Amino acid sequence: MSFDVGRESEAHPAFSSRREEKRTVSLFRQWVGPDLIMLLLMAGCASLSRPTGYGLPVIMVFLLTTGNLFMPELLKAQDLSCYFRLKGPWGRGPLLKAVDGVSFELFPGETLGLVGESGCGKSTLARLVLGLLAPTGGRVWFGGADLTGMPRRALKAMRRQFQVIFQDPYSSLNPRMTVRQILEEPFIIHGLGSRTERRAWVAELLAEVGLEPEHLERYPHEFSGGQRQRLGIARALALRPRLMVADEPVSALDVSIQAQILNLLAQLQERHGLTYLFISHDLSVISQISSRVAVMYLGRLLEMAPRETFARARLHPYTEALLAAVPLPDPQQPFRPPALKGEPPSPVHVPSGCPFHPRCPEAQLPRCRDEAPAYRETAPEHWVSCHFR
Amino acid sequence: MTANLALQQEGAPFLEVRDLTVHFTTSRGRVRALAGVSFDLNAGETLGLVGESGCGKTVTAMAILRLLPVPQARVAGEVRFLGEDLTNCPEARLRQIRGDRIAMVFQEPMTALNPVLTIGDQVAEVLRLHRGLSHEAAFQEAARALSRVGLAEAGQRLRQYPHQLSGGLRQRVLMAMALACRPDLLIADEPTTALDVTIQAQILALLKNLKAEMGLSVLFITHNLGIVAQTADRVAVMYAGLIVEQALTGELFAHPGHPYTRGLLASVPRLDFRRPPGAPLEAIEGHLPPEPPPGCLFQDRCPEARGQCSQAPPWVEVAPEHWVRCWNYA
Repeated sequence: MSFDVGRESEAHPAFSSRREEKRTVSLFRQWVGPDLIMLLLMAGCASLSRPTGYGLPVIMVFLLTTGNLFMPELLKAQDLSCYFRLKGPWGRGPLLKAVDGVSFELFPGETLGLVGESGCGKSTLARLVLGLLAPTGGRVWFGGADLTGMPRRALKAMRRQFQVIFQDPYSSLNPRMTVRQILEEPFIIHGLGSRTERRAWVAELLAEVGLEPEHLERYPHEFSGGQRQRLGIARALALRPRLMVADEPVSALDVSIQAQILNLLAQLQERHGLTYLFISHDLSVISQISSRVAVMYLGRLLEMAPRETFARARLHPYTEALLAAVPLPDPQQPFRPPALKGEPPSPVHVPSGCPFHPRCPEAQLPRCRDEAPAYRETAPEHWVSCHFR
Repeated sequence: MTANLALQQEGAPFLEVRDLTVHFTTSRGRVRALAGVSFDLNAGETLGLVGESGCGKTVTAMAILRLLPVPQARVAGEVRFLGEDLTNCPEARLRQIRGDRIAMVFQEPMTALNPVLTIGDQVAEVLRLHRGLSHEAAFQEAARALSRVGLAEAGQRLRQYPHQLSGGLRQRVLMAMALACRPDLLIADEPTTALDVTIQAQILALLKNLKAEMGLSVLFITHNLGIVAQTADRVAVMYAGLIVEQALTGELFAHPGHPYTRGLLASVPRLDFRRPPGAPLEAIEGHLPPEPPPGCLFQDRCPEARGQCSQAPPWVEVAPEHWVRCWNYA
């Protein structure tokens, strides 16, 4: 964090090599939150104490302590729910609870891997976090500012700080736009830079994701799947966001290309201090990139813990089943997938009690059927929703 | 199976594929899809055919069954099943073999099923055509086929339509259809790719049981190295329309010989939460070239490429039954 606030507004928000500068500037544009208030406070202190020469260390200490005390997390979702009313043959149909009471936090610089089977609500959760979908209940804070109910204009300015990478780079790029147009668009939308500046930034972006300058005038169909995903990443990176939500970013790619993209995402995270919410159905991919992992089932979080916990602790029966169901690329490793009964039920008919109990090998009736287990912290930072963990 | 194997010519291998070449005529000229694929499949064995998309795995399967569109696809080479030449036999004979002796399961269970016919109609059709069963007998046999693949309440399922079933159940229906006539060879083309891991595990376990029970031979096509490691007895690795390495599964994973196989194995993220997150994977650089280069097809991406590689590399047996197409071993 730099302290001379007066100079911050001159540095260009989109492209400064020092991400601290970018961070402070982007705070200016943010919906008024505690970060901003603190920043102004610090600026005041800094200017007052400068002549004495003690200013910098004093402010450092102040920032480190109070910053961690008040607002350590970048994003916070509390009791987030999203219900859809389906249409039935006679009007109102049943209620689909796509996301039901999900709470989690994202800390700066971490990667939270969100894993779950298809239809469990992963993508809906991503859209709620991005403010692309209004939640039925609950709240989302980004950098201390409440996204739910934020005016549209403020939300637009806010969106510069969180961007998304989609699964299917084929359908998420406009086929009628050249690479240059695609990458320039975010700057134009947010009114950043002159024409020449924007061109320079686009060239820089392209190099950053490993594409060549000669690709600039080409159209998306001229690229392979991996190159298109690089384009998608470059577009998400354009505004130098703090948070990237990656929704199955490597699921459509071949193994060798998948490895390239995972490496690129890790490099970019290190270079820019990015925070990732990384969604995947593939536990191997999740284990490759995540510093923390959350497991979702039928719209709820069943478990969340730091990655090390997944290597040693007793896990939720569903998580254990997911882990055992992965065929490992090693013929010496025995493959004994658990006999998980049936398939995930439809989110329209979520089972009573623990949503996993009809398939759970350890379920004990009637308790698991009648009593919903609390989502609680069984060990430091290890959250789990099961009666027997 | 025994009755069918009796038809086998003395000493003839179960399935023999020799120099299979496929060219497609497209609006932008001729494209080579297969550049001379050869392999044998032994009776009772599972051969895993692995490779990335566009390497020719599915085209190989389609060419074996002569399912490629005729004027656009030019197929050369030889396919012998129990000694019988499938590439030149009459279409009528081929129709007897397809679905009866050689069955196929596809990746997309929704597109492989007819949406306007019930499950029962579709499973029974196979039995009526190949076994000459009456409508009623075929339905009874279809119910048995469905319960064999673990579908509960098979009688009810017969009256349902494909859209009423989930992806996992549809895949079971396809397996029931494929296995209804108790074939000798099952060609499974990415049968679990569209499914969730827990369902995938169920289908893989089912396939393993059925294989043991019916003495099936399986040609298992997949891009997933984990599935190959856990299901195949032998593995053939394809790249750009050519098999570049072939070995017993244990040998291939322990001593991968071709630089492409080694790169592929290094690219797979390991399910290991003890390592630090984001540790770089040893990815293969670049991507599949649109125009295959002369000589070794992998030379542009190969970290070990040298001058020799502009010539077609030899097919070398580096260990018993372990073959590699690379100049490293010449």
